Amino acid sequence: MDEEYDVVVLGTGLTECILSGLLSKEGKKVLHMDRNDYYGGDSASLNLTQLYRKFRPGQEPPSELGRDRDYAVDLIPKFIIASGEMTQILVHTDVTRYLEFKQIAGSFVYRDGKISKVPSTEMEAVRSPLMGLFEKRRAKKFFEFLQNWKDEDPATHQGIDLDKDSMKTVYEKFGLEPGTQDFIGHAMALYLDDDYITKTARATYNRIVLYTSSMARYGKSPYIYPLYGLGELPQSFARLSAIYGGTYMLDKTIDEIVTDEQGKFVGVRSGGETVKAKQVIGDPSYFGAGKQTEGKLRVVEESKVIRAICVLKHPIPETDDSDSCQIIIPQNQVGRRNDIYIAMVSSTHNVCAKGIHIAIVSTIVETDKPELEIAPGLKLLGPIHDKFVSISPVYTPTTTGQDDNIFITQSYDATSHFETVVEDVQDVWKRVTGSDLVLKKQEVEVQQ
Amino acid sequence: MSKQFQFKLVLLGESAVGKSSLVLRFVKDQFDDYRESTIGAAFLTQIVTLEDQTTVKFEIWDTAGQERYKSLAPMYYRNANCAVVVYDITQSASLEKARNWIRELQRQADPSIVIALCGNKSDLSARRQVSEEEAKKYAEEEGLMWAETSAKTGEGVSEIFTAIAKKLPLTAPPSARAGGAARGTSGARSGVDLNKQPTGQNSNEPCNC
Repeated sequence: MDEEYDVVVLGTGLTECILSGLLSKEGKKVLHMDRNDYYGGDSASLNLTQLYRKFRPGQEPPSELGRDRDYAVDLIPKFIIASGEMTQILVHTDVTRYLEFKQIAGSFVYRDGKISKVPSTEMEAVRSPLMGLFEKRRAKKFFEFLQNWKDEDPATHQGIDLDKDSMKTVYEKFGLEPGTQDFIGHAMALYLDDDYITKTARATYNRIVLYTSSMARYGKSPYIYPLYGLGELPQSFARLSAIYGGTYMLDKTIDEIVTDEQGKFVGVRSGGETVKAKQVIGDPSYFGAGKQTEGKLRVVEESKVIRAICVLKHPIPETDDSDSCQIIIPQNQVGRRNDIYIAMVSSTHNVCAKGIHIAIVSTIVETDKPELEIAPGLKLLGPIHDKFVSISPVYTPTTTGQDDNIFITQSYDATSHFETVVEDVQDVWKRVTGSDLVLKKQEVEVQQ
Repeated sequence: MSKQFQFKLVLLGESAVGKSSLVLRFVKDQFDDYRESTIGAAFLTQIVTLEDQTTVKFEIWDTAGQERYKSLAPMYYRNANCAVVVYDITQSASLEKARNWIRELQRQADPSIVIALCGNKSDLSARRQVSEEEAKKYAEEEGLMWAETSAKTGEGVSEIFTAIAKKLPLTAPPSARAGGAARGTSGARSGVDLNKQPTGQNSNEPCNC
């Protein structure tokens, strides 16, 4: 380890692996380390042995769950939204050659005690029990307005300015009921709370367009999912990095981030050796995780997310026996400030044994009894065979890193897809390299 | 029409035993004396035609150096139909490493995987540390194919890959046999192909409500 690197990357979570892959491709000399003996960090998918080691140390997984190797249980519940930025990165870096994707079979929303499908077509919308007859007409007008919107054609604006008027104004213009607003804002625009209503409408417009174009792409839901679990994503970007010369070391304890008198990054000390580099990128767990390290508070806690990984022996009731789905419980429906999400996958996605379904119920913690907060979600699952609960702080860095060459990524948030991960990648990239991330399509290397 | 089968082949073995050189010889019939550690050799393919005109397409995964610090990802082994585990006949320690890789394959890979143990650098037999008998005996015990090769002279290289092709189960219909190797071209399967979608589309998409 006496070589000097351009960048040391700490942690093999998805954010770090994408950055590592892109930096190696750019010609940087990258050393990528992880304290765990597996890839993925907080965004790993674990087999049963690893899952038990993490949640119930000393306990053996029960044999009735089947073979260890059949499992790849995600630690964070997220799906890839088909028309989103993550898909762009996957395609542009060509890591899709290592991956295989399947659709998520359904997207559902909770309303008045029942689960209903989020309509994916106009026909479904007309038949949906989510709205009454007159409300359907009003909603149709609203969606036509969005569909026809052209920035350059004021005739399509109907007196609305997306960059000045609030979403509240837009809802009022079309006379949409609060229940419909809940459905649009939470099940389609995927907002976790209601703060968006008083903000300008442009962001909500963009999110609805992202949702509907993603929905249109493959038909059943706006989401796709990699076979063998989300942990395949960091692995594929790690391979990209390795192919372009990145060096990988797993199972390495990181003892210290070494800095000079001015506090600038010098290197990383691991097991008596210090490896030098110009810059370091890493996830918050390598930088104190909310506590002071080397006399500095490098990351602070923004919120906490509770995630309950539930092992089921049946599909979720009322979801047409879907092999996979997302269910959104909008906050208003259960008297909360933040939505509760359920993400379910099964053996169709090669993440568990046949007959098993893995559902993760999650939300942003609001009280000192987080387990009670997810109860409305757990209730929808039917009998729960086993449950693994984690409460994870969401950390954000205190500085940009430009002064000390220490660049820290964000923890994974409570959103249902990877769009905020891509935003973090773009942000860190700009801080590290000084320029915007531009994706160039890779030359195809397959040789015949 | 002759049948074509596609298989994922993974390379394993200690650093510097000649994994990449072996593939370079097989795929391009080239050799480079001063080849650096694997960089940029992502994904190579080569087709072997058997006597009955059946063609076998190997999709070859090189380690990209990730074997060096025991950081090969599970993805590497996933759906591998065959593996070539390489040792250097002039380094007895490299056979020990090869045994470890074979144990790892037996643990992580599909039980039906075809494994070939390959003693490379046979052109350097004057400095031989691993006898043919020793390696052959081990391969027989473990039920592996075995051969010595020289990526430098080309000796034995195409033979071992052809032997693997013959040993692979060519009975199932081609689509079912593709394993994970058919990724990205899996239109016929139930998966979705991200590469088929037009790229660069964004907020100006008409909405489908």
